[in-house]
Amino acid sequence: MTAVMGRERLKCYSLTGEQGERAVSLGLADGSEWFRSDIERKRMKDLMRRSDFPAVRDTLLWFGLMGAFAAAGIALWRSWLAFVCFAIYGLLYGSGADSRWHECGHGTAFKNPRLNDATYAIASFMDMRDPTVWRWSHTRHHTDTLIVGRDREIAVMRPARLARLLVNFFGLVDFPLSLWTMLVHASGRLMPDERTFVPAQERHRVFRTARVWCVIYGLTIAAIVVTHSVVPFLLIGGPRIYGVYLLQVYALTQHAGMGENVLDHRLNTRTVYMGHVNRFIYMNMNYHIEHHMFPMVPYHRLAELHEQVKHDMPEAYPSLWAAYKEIIPAVLRQLTDQTYYIRRELPPGAAPYGDAADGRAMLEGC
Amino acid sequence: MPTWVAACVAEDVDKEDVIGFRHEDRDYAIYRTADGEFFATDGHCSHERTLLCDGLVMGHVIECPKHNGRFDIPTGKAIRAPVLKDIQTFPTKVEDGSVFVFV
Repeated sequence: MTAVMGRERLKCYSLTGEQGERAVSLGLADGSEWFRSDIERKRMKDLMRRSDFPAVRDTLLWFGLMGAFAAAGIALWRSWLAFVCFAIYGLLYGSGADSRWHECGHGTAFKNPRLNDATYAIASFMDMRDPTVWRWSHTRHHTDTLIVGRDREIAVMRPARLARLLVNFFGLVDFPLSLWTMLVHASGRLMPDERTFVPAQERHRVFRTARVWCVIYGLTIAAIVVTHSVVPFLLIGGPRIYGVYLLQVYALTQHAGMGENVLDHRLNTRTVYMGHVNRFIYMNMNYHIEHHMFPMVPYHRLAELHEQVKHDMPEAYPSLWAAYKEIIPAVLRQLTDQTYYIRRELPPGAAPYGDAADGRAMLEGC
Repeated sequence: MPTWVAACVAEDVDKEDVIGFRHEDRDYAIYRTADGEFFATDGHCSHERTLLCDGLVMGHVIECPKHNGRFDIPTGKAIRAPVLKDIQTFPTKVEDGSVFVFV
């Protein structure tokens, strides 16, 4: 069977197609084996240890900043300063919530499980991601990172859906799709791909959450009508449009252009150095190879983990700009050549890539 | 027929930690809690067969190193998604400084 190329290849990414089964039969979806750098157990335990302090501090700061900028935006309404205030509020909401959703979904942000769960529930609402569906989706992403037909969270396919990627910097696909999905869930149904990974015993949670969210969004719409003001929308829901662009900037660095169908995260993931503000908003997920290698290490220890394992890693990108200088040409090239991917060199002495597949992602038929 | 099998020397397991033990082609996890009690469970997570001996012990809870699912160590009960299925537990005893598991 020859490989499928061009736009036709996008069908291979469907979770309800044949590629998922093919990946399973090839042993690519087992989940029990993945490359991990060798770290002494005592040190590893220290890195994995949970603490409430960093996440309590960062969460209070996050909520505090959002509260302050929202209040200032309302107080300064009709002044140009309100635009600045809501731009910052929207960024913290639209881009910052995703990082909180992610970290609390892993259960590593806080030591206290109730703080994790509460923050996860709030961040999921802000992110417009059902907490149950996306917990299972992300579980699959970690088992089958960039495995074609298995990983629902592949943002940049081969070839990339460029128009979709670009308009999504302003949530123009994800926002309406999230609303539609919420309505489907509220009616007691899952989307077809969700049925492949959300266990039956967990589905009632999805439907209940969607109904609660519908009430909240209904009240938001009512507030808009009653107050004749767009402010309620700017506060709730709207940031998923006007504040989500930075999340896209961060998230596309994670895997775009890298190898598919490999079990070594050094082949399908990248680590990018970022400054303190970006790392606060992104909760250190710029150390993304390290996160995939050791998902139990809390965000506030990832910089230390990076120092511990960087001898085994391709050199980290020095900046977002450096990462995009590689990502953009690679994604453009993949529009015409879906066999192309970025394969980074390991430093001398690093544990070698042990994967039989090389990242070209040409499963039979795709 | 189940029998007591020597799994490890007690001192091999740090307090609030876990080690792996393999017997007759089956993996087990041997735990020592902060107060020195020993427990034994299936060696693999019930979600995707990741080895639990690479996980993190927090009190009486073991967290799987791949997807952060959690089990109650003494009962094997699944307490955090994505684990939904309990794991089997096995009696333990310590004699002459060795940990025995009834398997």
